[in-house]
Amino acid sequence: MGTFPRKQFVAAIGASALLAACNAPKNDQAQISSAEPAGVGNAPPAGGNADAIIKARGLNPGDVDAALRTFVPPGKHDDYVMFASGGHSGQVVVFGLPSMRLLKVIPVFTPDSYVGWGYDFESKATLHDGDFKDATITHGDTHHPALSETDGDYDGRFLFINDKVNARVAVVDLARFETKQIVKNPLMINTHGLAVTPNTEYVIETAQYAAPLGWGYAPLNAANFREKYRGLATYWKFDKNKGVLDPQKSFSIELPPFFQDLTDAGKLDSDGWSFTNSFNSELAYPDNWDGGLPPEASMSQNAYDWMHVINWKAAEAFVRSGRASTFNGMALISIAQAAQNGILYLLSEAKSPHGVDVTPDGKFLAVSGKLDPYVQIYSIAKIKTAAARSDLKKGPYGIRVLPLTETRIAQIPIGLGPLHTQFDDQGFGYTSLFLDSAVAKWKIGDESGKGWEMVDKTSLQYNTGHLAAPHGDTVKPRGKYIVGLNKWSIDRFTPVGPLFPRNLQLVDVTSPKMGVIFDAPVGNAEPHYAQIIDASLLKPMSVFPVGFTPHSNGIDPNAPKAGKEGVRIDGDTVYVSMTQARSHFTPDVVHAKAGQKIIWRLTNTESTKNAMHGFAIAGYNVSLTIEPGKSEHFEFIADKPGVFPYYCTDFCSALHLEMMGYLLVAER
Amino acid sequence: MKRDSGARWFAAAGMLLAVSLLLPWWEITMHAPQYPEGLHVTTWFFTVTGDVHEVDGLNHYIGFMPLAKVAMLERQAAFVVGPLFTILLLLAVPLRTRWSALLALPAATLPAVFFVDLAVWLQYAGHHLDPHAALSSSVAPWTPNIFGSGGVGQFHTDSAFGIGFYLASLASIAAIMAIANRVKNMDAA
Repeated sequence: MGTFPRKQFVAAIGASALLAACNAPKNDQAQISSAEPAGVGNAPPAGGNADAIIKARGLNPGDVDAALRTFVPPGKHDDYVMFASGGHSGQVVVFGLPSMRLLKVIPVFTPDSYVGWGYDFESKATLHDGDFKDATITHGDTHHPALSETDGDYDGRFLFINDKVNARVAVVDLARFETKQIVKNPLMINTHGLAVTPNTEYVIETAQYAAPLGWGYAPLNAANFREKYRGLATYWKFDKNKGVLDPQKSFSIELPPFFQDLTDAGKLDSDGWSFTNSFNSELAYPDNWDGGLPPEASMSQNAYDWMHVINWKAAEAFVRSGRASTFNGMALISIAQAAQNGILYLLSEAKSPHGVDVTPDGKFLAVSGKLDPYVQIYSIAKIKTAAARSDLKKGPYGIRVLPLTETRIAQIPIGLGPLHTQFDDQGFGYTSLFLDSAVAKWKIGDESGKGWEMVDKTSLQYNTGHLAAPHGDTVKPRGKYIVGLNKWSIDRFTPVGPLFPRNLQLVDVTSPKMGVIFDAPVGNAEPHYAQIIDASLLKPMSVFPVGFTPHSNGIDPNAPKAGKEGVRIDGDTVYVSMTQARSHFTPDVVHAKAGQKIIWRLTNTESTKNAMHGFAIAGYNVSLTIEPGKSEHFEFIADKPGVFPYYCTDFCSALHLEMMGYLLVAER
Repeated sequence: MKRDSGARWFAAAGMLLAVSLLLPWWEITMHAPQYPEGLHVTTWFFTVTGDVHEVDGLNHYIGFMPLAKVAMLERQAAFVVGPLFTILLLLAVPLRTRWSALLALPAATLPAVFFVDLAVWLQYAGHHLDPHAALSSSVAPWTPNIFGSGGVGQFHTDSAFGIGFYLASLASIAAIMAIANRVKNMDAA
């Protein structure tokens, strides 16, 4: 390069900016010119050579078609936003569609040193709210994201996500795309399904592996398993104004130890009902070490499993009447109470089911049994009619059983391993086929059982779990795409070692014949389920008002203010009130003596979009990203004497490297 | 024939000036790659609004004074000057003496005074950069343009007088017409 002209260098470092309020000087070295006006998404030279590119890259017409369907030009936005569970990373992963570009990772149950989740005082407190007894759990298995709904459609305000392993539910506030609340289920030890009712009255959390309620102990044997181990459905009351789950107004329904699984809430005609499947009608439990079959076999002996049909409005009325008991602070309806008061019914379903999905009109249920090659269709009107009968036979645990023959109206043969169903806006359902590694498209028929038929099927790669479609489980699906959440990718991506990326596949469903148009590797844990929302419904903040603390959702009265920074020592506590702005901390030196407690508050006083700063300090395990306007707070004991640089970890400006300071901890 | 006392010109000048005080007098827009929507600063008769915080943040790198410290005296005086000059014009409307023409004189000069004051401040601020600022050695003193487009660093700037300034200029012309009419047609007594 030879000599690098100084004035060009100054222009080139301008990641932050130089100055403003002025015009260019005309005649001297202060004239600094950028080489080119930087464009937003400078397009390649127009036209003419597309054929040459197609040929050179060895693309076929299908590739080109897929590229055109998914290409979002630089600088343009995606039409849809997908919230995918991050599996046992404990996070939520956010993608744009149709580009399938990764937009964000939202830490929920797992600390994250990028955004500082679990490092500052307030987010630590949020994580603590999910404590099990006295233990703070710092991992999670996020399973079922559920967007808040108004009138049965996503409203873009909140996202709920559950932690399968620890039966916790989190609320993500979509004004900030940040976790706002974590609650630990006081009765369940783990969970699987999560769904919201059509106006987000309740967030329904359903159990997975049965255990004594209230995190209790009972030796594992057949009698105890039958009598003391229990499943559960919890209906978390959501306070829409405060944006938090209210445990005081929530309730649970005790269920048999059938190993409950997914849940869907009724809507429109079926509002007030919820449907929860399960996969252990055998009441089997792990005993192969004692000579029994392994659970995979012992829990798959019966041809049918049990769907739980729950009238949650009846349950809510029952709790309000004061007849429910209270256990660990939560209202609990016993199995007997639920069975005798028109709250709980059982209905046979195909074995080893996963998806139990209500059609957009609220009239039908599509149940996918992984070991049954059909999608089983039930009429919810017929379910309700049957539930009203007084002569229903009692099944296990005295729960009345709805007759399968009166309620199931169709079976659509679609292939092996049906798992989960989503819907489009053209009257079709899409069911994933785990064993076939495929998606089947079928037509929604009528109440008489006519017209239910498969119309298309296409391969996915590989081992497809859930499907997600834009608004695909609401009253108003948007169609266009299906995303296959594939567990395995095998040969689809450039090898990156034995831990393979998962494969999120975008499928175009606008043509009669479905087709895969994009493979998106996700270098994160298995995304179990995802929901996709019209991007225009999301209205997130872009900056915070200065001094905002997300954790109390308002201005922190203790937030440091520009011009009023300082360090105050009171006894053995050092109070740091610090601000940060491009490209300095104020103050830039903090003195402490070994053993003193440091309570450190830090406000990013910027008010410009994207002007975030980081903060990390050597030796004391603090790492944060602080968005413009945000105020954070962290505490530690300065027990190690030494000189500890702290600095901005987010490349904020041309003088980012100079944005630093020292914590000096003197010996006593 | 009744002699024209210039009352209509006084009234017109007063009203134009009053309205101008509520509208932007000078505006600058700064464009840079990382500011796709641009940064805007609007100077009103009484205040400065827009992306002042961000502009100040950027200016601190070259040691350009915070905008709040520019023309502090004039800004305080503006709260008296603006309403006072307007009232003087309106007070003159019913008067008939030749000397009452003087009441329009302040308003007649106001846009010119504003122009000169702004130009002086731009020159002063551009030539009094803090020598200790991070990039002070990279930018030599200069005088920012009072209107038109320019560029510095990665910024392209456009500055222009606002509708308020132009209305005040019309008020100035009206005030001159008022003075002329009154001096010409009214008696000295």
